[in-house]
Amino acid sequence: MASNSSGGGSDRQRTAQQRLSIIAGHLQRPVDGNPAILAEECKAQESKPDASSEERRVPRRRQEIMKWNGWGYSDSRFLFNKKGQAEFTGKRYRLSGMIIPGLKDWMEGTFGASLQHKAPATPILNSNAIQPPNLHEAFVEELKSTGIPFSHDAEDRVFRAHGHCLHEIFALREGKFGRVPDMVVWPNCHNDVVKIVELACKHNVCLIPYGGGTSVSSALECPHEETRSIVSLDTSQMNRILWIDEKNLTVHVEAGIVGQDLERLLNESGYCTGHEPDSMEFSSLGGWVATRASGMKKNIYGNIEDLVVHIKMVTPRGVIEKSCMGPRMSTGPDVHHFIMGSEGTLGVVTEVTMKIRPMPEYQKYGSVVFPNFEQGVACLREVARQRCAPASIRLMDNEQFKFGHALKPQVSSIFTSFLDGLKKLYITKFKGFDPNRLCVATLLFEGDREKVLQHEKQVYDIAAKFGGLAAGEDNGQRGYMLTFVIAYLRDLGMDYYVIGESFETSVPWDRVLDICRNVKARIVRECKEKGVQFPPLSTCRVTQTYDAGACVYFYFAFNYRGLSDPVHVYEQVEHAAREEILANGGSLSHHHGVGKLRKEWMRDTISNVGMGMLKSVKDYVDPNNIFGNRNLL
Amino acid sequence: MAQEAVYSHRDPMLKKRDDFEDILEERRNSSDLRYALRCYTPVVYKELTLCKSGELRDLVLQSDHLRYVITQVSKETGADADEVQGEASAILEEMAHCLQLSTVRFFAFTLTKIFKTLFRSICVNEEGIQRLQQAIHEHPVVLLPSHRSYMDFLLMSYILYTYDLALPVIAAGMDFMGMKFVGEMLRMSGAFFIRRSFGGDKLYWAVFSEYVRTMLKTGFAPVEFFLEGTRSRTAKSLTPKLGLLNIVMDPFLKGEVFDVTLVPVSISYERILEESLYARELLGVPKPKESTSGLFKARKVLSEDYGSIHVYFGQPVSVRSLAEGRVNRCQFNLTPRHIPQRPGEEINHFVNDSAFRLVRAQEENMVLKPWVLLASLLLQNHHHGQKGGTALEELTEQAVWLRDLSRQCGAFLHWPEHAPPSEVVSSSLSLHQGLVSISEGRVQLALEQAGGQGGPEEKLLNQAVVVLSCASYRNQALHVFLRPALLALAIVTSSSNNRQEVYNSFSFLRNMFSNEFILCPGATVQDFEEACYLLVKTGALQIPQQEVLITERGHRTLAFLTSILDPFLQGYQVVCRFLCEEATEALTDKQFVPAVRKFIIKHLLTGTLRYAEALSSDLQKNSLAALLRLGAVRRVKGGAEQGTLKVNKVMVNSLEDTLGGKLPTQKAAAARL
Repeated sequence: MASNSSGGGSDRQRTAQQRLSIIAGHLQRPVDGNPAILAEECKAQESKPDASSEERRVPRRRQEIMKWNGWGYSDSRFLFNKKGQAEFTGKRYRLSGMIIPGLKDWMEGTFGASLQHKAPATPILNSNAIQPPNLHEAFVEELKSTGIPFSHDAEDRVFRAHGHCLHEIFALREGKFGRVPDMVVWPNCHNDVVKIVELACKHNVCLIPYGGGTSVSSALECPHEETRSIVSLDTSQMNRILWIDEKNLTVHVEAGIVGQDLERLLNESGYCTGHEPDSMEFSSLGGWVATRASGMKKNIYGNIEDLVVHIKMVTPRGVIEKSCMGPRMSTGPDVHHFIMGSEGTLGVVTEVTMKIRPMPEYQKYGSVVFPNFEQGVACLREVARQRCAPASIRLMDNEQFKFGHALKPQVSSIFTSFLDGLKKLYITKFKGFDPNRLCVATLLFEGDREKVLQHEKQVYDIAAKFGGLAAGEDNGQRGYMLTFVIAYLRDLGMDYYVIGESFETSVPWDRVLDICRNVKARIVRECKEKGVQFPPLSTCRVTQTYDAGACVYFYFAFNYRGLSDPVHVYEQVEHAAREEILANGGSLSHHHGVGKLRKEWMRDTISNVGMGMLKSVKDYVDPNNIFGNRNLL
Repeated sequence: MAQEAVYSHRDPMLKKRDDFEDILEERRNSSDLRYALRCYTPVVYKELTLCKSGELRDLVLQSDHLRYVITQVSKETGADADEVQGEASAILEEMAHCLQLSTVRFFAFTLTKIFKTLFRSICVNEEGIQRLQQAIHEHPVVLLPSHRSYMDFLLMSYILYTYDLALPVIAAGMDFMGMKFVGEMLRMSGAFFIRRSFGGDKLYWAVFSEYVRTMLKTGFAPVEFFLEGTRSRTAKSLTPKLGLLNIVMDPFLKGEVFDVTLVPVSISYERILEESLYARELLGVPKPKESTSGLFKARKVLSEDYGSIHVYFGQPVSVRSLAEGRVNRCQFNLTPRHIPQRPGEEINHFVNDSAFRLVRAQEENMVLKPWVLLASLLLQNHHHGQKGGTALEELTEQAVWLRDLSRQCGAFLHWPEHAPPSEVVSSSLSLHQGLVSISEGRVQLALEQAGGQGGPEEKLLNQAVVVLSCASYRNQALHVFLRPALLALAIVTSSSNNRQEVYNSFSFLRNMFSNEFILCPGATVQDFEEACYLLVKTGALQIPQQEVLITERGHRTLAFLTSILDPFLQGYQVVCRFLCEEATEALTDKQFVPAVRKFIIKHLLTGTLRYAEALSSDLQKNSLAALLRLGAVRRVKGGAEQGTLKVNKVMVNSLEDTLGGKLPTQKAAAARL
């Protein structure tokens, strides 16, 4: 850990730097290369304490830094170099610039993929293939007079027409575009949004809010049946921290800010929200609220519904907000809960007040190896029972463990590789763990140094009761690093005929093992029945623990060579897997949301009356369906 | 009624069946001892988690389900929880099997000796064995053999041992345990014992169901039980019992396993060991209690020839695919799964339908021997009053005709292809010398010999033994002809040849006989379509538009088909008549069979009834059950221990008339209201 490296002069600066290095721990390259940035930002903060930094991380033209047909930054991607070794490009991540020797074998062994069989993506976005915009002249005229920037450039529109579902990215790679928004507007503040929504209502134009574009529920897809002009409302320029209240430990932020910027800016003041969804590099605060997001460290900081104190949302009926910021209220059903999870069907979240915490003094990774998945789940259950879960605790199954292993970067010293060999020998030979059954839990502790160490001991003691062996900080850290690069890896797979995705659910404790086994088996069976020629990768991990259950993630990928319509096959299998999840007592979604992808199951999930309740809210708030993305209901 | 019928899918002729391999052949040529002691390493379930009987017991006793029930029972009865726990563990002790390889080897040795003297061959479809092996590896397996003889489960284990497959754990009736030494032996070869009735005993049910479920979930061993619940004394398949099927489907429905595979197994005996025993039992001679000494007395059976056995391992059926689109598994989401719950309507229907499908699958793969056809013909000839029997040549001609008809109807007939028909017939007859007599080239049932010296009633009963034994062979083929026969009967009884009217009669008869034969609930239309299709295909019927016409050559087929059901038809009628004429106010359940038997004997002796088969208590009970189901008879809970039967004479009378074709079916329906 780099947490003890020293930096700037003031206390605040020092903690800020510490915090940065912590984030860097699972996100970025070691910070030793860029102290300059740090100094500059501190200065900016001192001069204008209540305004945001001038540096805008997400530009209006996303294409300047991001891929148009894949995940993340344009400069970061996996590829096989001339020697046939996997390599991760760019400078942004710990893995950047490194060789990953095991990846090729893993891909060949797991999927039957081969470097000889490439399925390259269309290299350039062809603007001519995109339908010309269907503009509403009067709306455009009046919008112009407000001075709010907008665009109907084809690239801008394509960027806001999709999230990151497999079918969306697959179509982009093939250069196929469906319905895309007719124009994009970039409001700069709450009042801009009020104006835009008023104009949209006046001219009956369809609005689709856009935050970070990381949706995996088809939520951003333009409905095919929509005949009105569709305007994508991109909140990315509303990204300022408006104030920090150190007495109440709250922060008031514009909802377009993306996760990494929010954390970075708060860290400069010595605070953090602690909300770290896997997509935090790109996803926005407004998006979290609209989808009921969950963060990796929710055990300490809570999920978004626990963090939010106040929300301001612009709807066709006007602005909704509460009159005070009391920490809890008994004033009928909480109207925040109409907003959280509304998935852009009711309005645009413009400003949010949320809780903050002083940055943790100390952070430590860890990992535990279990002889099998059953023991691992039993251990997590016990940890949850004793309510002593660390900031994050995740349990990977055997396939994921092997996958994580394959992503180990090349080690520089013979000594490290010798140590690795010894460790492996100890676990498999001396302890008798079956390498094809063992699984790993990764841990992240946060807090005072002393408490962290105490906590760590408690958790390792529990783990020991379930046959768990501590397996070092390194394995843990690599596990969390994977979170951020795994989405890049999908693009590499797609270059070689491998498609896949992850999906999640939440489930009571007593069903965790059953759901994992059954859903994985269902995926394998469905693939076989649908004619997939190669055995699929079907794996899972438990990513969150609660008092009454857990969140489970499934990863599913297969080599689609020999299939004429791989996306359709993929969708059929995912559909079957979701049916299986529901039949095994799992929920429709833990935090990805419903969007349009999972709409068909909503009625069964919340009952007819429940649907009626949600519909009546929609009918009142937005009778003309201005927010017409048709998610959820 | 659905008019569009996709016939091609239902054509029974298209059914592909595997070939057989005789497993005794190798035994006759090599050492039995070496066979019994050979290395046994079966393929096991891929996720097998435990292997010892002791662990299994602990797992059952510590299960959430059982602990929950123990707490409940102790609350209800006020007994100490430890005491109830002790009771549970005693129940488990009494029930549990303790499979031991040494016992299995002992059986492998002795059974080989016995089988070799009793049977000419034991034929098994090896492809079925391979499918089973695959299934055992993939998912927990439930074996569902048909049940015609005590031999069934020993035979099953013997075959599985021979093919190096995992030995099953078998649900057996408690009556076996009465046989001291043998009971223990069976236990050590994998049987576990359940009481025949434990209706109200919560604790017993909990221990029992948890025991079976645990064995399945852990993949401990394939579970084997008899869907029919008990041995069929008539060789007809019995209406399936649902209790155990419910239990074995439960782990799938609740998501505790990915799937459960059900394997229907059809065991057909050319000659059943218990042949005349069954007939006597049906006639009211009580069955001897199972005892070890009884078994030794049965030793004389060892000196006879019982022909061959065919065992067909059917296509494995996945519970998951059975339930697909039929059961919403989400219904188990809202209650902890270990809390016992009465299955809902949807589940009950599903289990019931599945059970019928499985029994049908058993039926369809039953191998029929030529003798089965001969028995049908001899019985019909006898009842048609042919004095002095049938000439051998004529019987052969009839048999060849029936062979072709049955094949067209999809029978799984093993008729030696290369032997001349006359040889096939005479060798079949020779195996059943006790039932037929041949003199001067004429064949008939061996009634004279059976008659004996006693009075007319005793003589009648002795002859009935032969008739019922013979009928039990005919019954083996009933499932092949059942649907066409019901149609034939419907055509005869309905007043016109209008298709709708024939359908109405068909539907009435089918409903009437649904306790007697395996008729899938709710499948009237399909059955009707199938029957029409088969009779059109055999050239017996023409069905232009809305009419049903009998062709010139169809009369012979229809005559055969109607006579095959005639004993049942008349049997039901005579039961109706009894209820109308002789049933007193105070007739109890227990008195019913003896009283109706007396009534029938009277009619047989006076010659007003031709069919001695009506004496079968099975038929009598089934007809009563049908009348109860239709509401023509009600069971009134009596004050004492027995319920009395309340007869709606008007309705019973009109049902009898309708069966006899005297009343159109509509009126019968009206009378019910």
